[in-house]
Amino acid sequence: MAASENDSPLVQVLSTSGLVEPSEAAAEFMPYLDRLTEDDLRRFYRDMVVVRRFDKEAANLQRQGQLALWVPSHGQEAAQVGSAYATRPQDHVFPSYREHVVGMIRGLDLVDILRMLRGVTLGGWNPEEHGNFHLYTLVLASQTLHATGYAMGMQLDGTTATGNPETDEAVIVYYGDGASSQGDANEALVFAASYQTPQVFFLQNNHWAISVPVTRQSRTPLYLRAGGFGMPGTQVDGNDVLASYAVTAKHLDDARAGKGPALIEAMTYRVGAHTTADDPTKYRDPEELAAWVAKDPIVRFRAYLQGLGVEQDFLDAVDEEAEDHAADVRRRALEIRSPERSVIFDNVYAEPHPLIQEQKAWLDRYEASFEGGDA
Amino acid sequence: MSDTIVTETVVLESAVPAVPASAAAASAAPATSANLPMAKALNAGLRQAMLDNPKVLMMGEDIGPLGGVFRVTEGLHAEFGDKRVLDTPLAESGIVGTAIGLALRGYRPVCEIQFDGFVFPGFDQITSQLSRMRNRHEGRVTMPVVIRIPYGGHIGSIEHHQESPEAYFAHTPGLRVVSPSNPHDAYWMMQEAIASDDPVIFFEPKSRYWPKGEVRFGASGIPLHASRVVRAGTDATIVGHGAMVTVLLQAAELAAVEGISIEVIDLRSISPIDYGPILTSVEKTGHLVVAQEAYGFVSVGSEIAATVTERSFYHLEAPVLRVSGFDTPFPPAAVETHFLPSPDRVLEAVDRSLAY
Repeated sequence: MAASENDSPLVQVLSTSGLVEPSEAAAEFMPYLDRLTEDDLRRFYRDMVVVRRFDKEAANLQRQGQLALWVPSHGQEAAQVGSAYATRPQDHVFPSYREHVVGMIRGLDLVDILRMLRGVTLGGWNPEEHGNFHLYTLVLASQTLHATGYAMGMQLDGTTATGNPETDEAVIVYYGDGASSQGDANEALVFAASYQTPQVFFLQNNHWAISVPVTRQSRTPLYLRAGGFGMPGTQVDGNDVLASYAVTAKHLDDARAGKGPALIEAMTYRVGAHTTADDPTKYRDPEELAAWVAKDPIVRFRAYLQGLGVEQDFLDAVDEEAEDHAADVRRRALEIRSPERSVIFDNVYAEPHPLIQEQKAWLDRYEASFEGGDA
Repeated sequence: MSDTIVTETVVLESAVPAVPASAAAASAAPATSANLPMAKALNAGLRQAMLDNPKVLMMGEDIGPLGGVFRVTEGLHAEFGDKRVLDTPLAESGIVGTAIGLALRGYRPVCEIQFDGFVFPGFDQITSQLSRMRNRHEGRVTMPVVIRIPYGGHIGSIEHHQESPEAYFAHTPGLRVVSPSNPHDAYWMMQEAIASDDPVIFFEPKSRYWPKGEVRFGASGIPLHASRVVRAGTDATIVGHGAMVTVLLQAAELAAVEGISIEVIDLRSISPIDYGPILTSVEKTGHLVVAQEAYGFVSVGSEIAATVTERSFYHLEAPVLRVSGFDTPFPPAAVETHFLPSPDRVLEAVDRSLAY
């Protein structure tokens, strides 16, 4: 348990200026950083930059009427990239709806996320074919229980806690400070603790649930709630990609090894709006925003890489790749086509259902009754 | 009256008769039928489903060593162990939500909700998640989850223990909703519900848990979602489900004494509704009364009345009439007999229909 009695519980590896200055609480997590190669570090940076640029492109697409809504992840890239790289291929990931780069790291084409927000599907991808990255869930905290049930299934299957970290499975579920107030989030913690599921609860505390500050959700730091459920809780600097990686790597390792669930509270900030339908200038202090922008995860990690001697050419190439990726996303987003109307009736049930069949046939007849209507 | 409504819990026998695993196995095992109360028939159906498929799990509150508050899972924990019969924390949303995760993993969870009135903490997971999982996954997953809900009145119990909430679930796309009226159907419908790749809300009429009836182990004889004529008649049709079927049969018996021939239809499935036998019957009788314990407003009875009117308007000689619980909270048990449709209340509606 990460120093819950400590005066400074925050696990932090990088200072805001990008120097390696581990906090006291970081000590037990530092060995996990030894697993990272310089290639990994470059990948961390590349993914954060690419998804930040993607995020901007998606918001633009929404402003231009090409998406119904966009859910920005600006500011939360380090928490997401660090935690996602701590997963193994056999793990399962249950996102909320803002974990775009986690999906990308698990093999998801980000355009698939846009499909849902363009209104052509309620889902968008096949988790089995995209790194076990499950569908976004829009009702807050519902997915925490699905994740816990899935982790219970791993236990029943005997595919976890065998002692082989290459194959032992675990689940990571993402939710936020707003969702932490939901009954489901708390029931998921109860069930996870009760059955000792191989599971990490990754709570991104971005400080705002639309317009409601985290102080309205909780009078206690959220990671401390873990103790009440009987599991370890760790508070990590979510704008520090190395700390986010190390903390998640340890807790996922423990989960795979049969040591039960854990809760990570990643301290970060929703720099943008909740969604493109939101206007945070109505409720947020600009000074608070500025203070968090000064702790930007990408700026910090770039300084760290530069300290390591990573050449400017690499940083420039990443910027270029991000531009190209965004342009490609834009091009392909505009090519997303509406599905056939039969999608209304498809897959409501697995087995034939007379009411659905009758209504589908009726709609076909109705549409065909118009001049030029298709049968 | 040929059948009486049991109003007290009776102590159940502990032994469940051996049941053949399948029609093929039946040749080796000669027990082709047994006289069982519905609680035992459900227990035998659950056990058979667990024997047939190792992915079938039981989940719920007090369902382990205790066997559930109605003993429907009695003996299953001892036979199948902790990994197949999960006593859960007391949280209905947690039960249903984790069942969804287990179903995504390939399991077939059967969740017991302890009482009808306790399902609502799990309502969001059932209606917003379970019912839509396959649809939002574009058909890539199945959700073979059964939610068992003991329901209905006639047991003289306290608040939130005598409700009939089936309409909420029938209103939700993606769910199937069924309710057996007798031990034979209970045995088979439970196995069919578990075998279904769709989520099934399985309403168990708890006032019928204890009366015995013949269970034939060879074959169900009828699909899960088929309605069935349980008493033939010519003058009027009455339709109901679950415990109401017993009331309807009693009404038909009383009417027969007065020379009125009533056809009784057991709905069995509430979503989808099998209209075939109902429409055929109405074409013959021209009179339809729909009865239910549930509140009448926006109910299963309302739906049947509307659909039969749309489809058999010219065969009807009277409006379709509904007999329901009143649109009030389920009352204190001392006055429940005034709230719940009785054979006489059903016959009052039949008389009104025939008077048109």
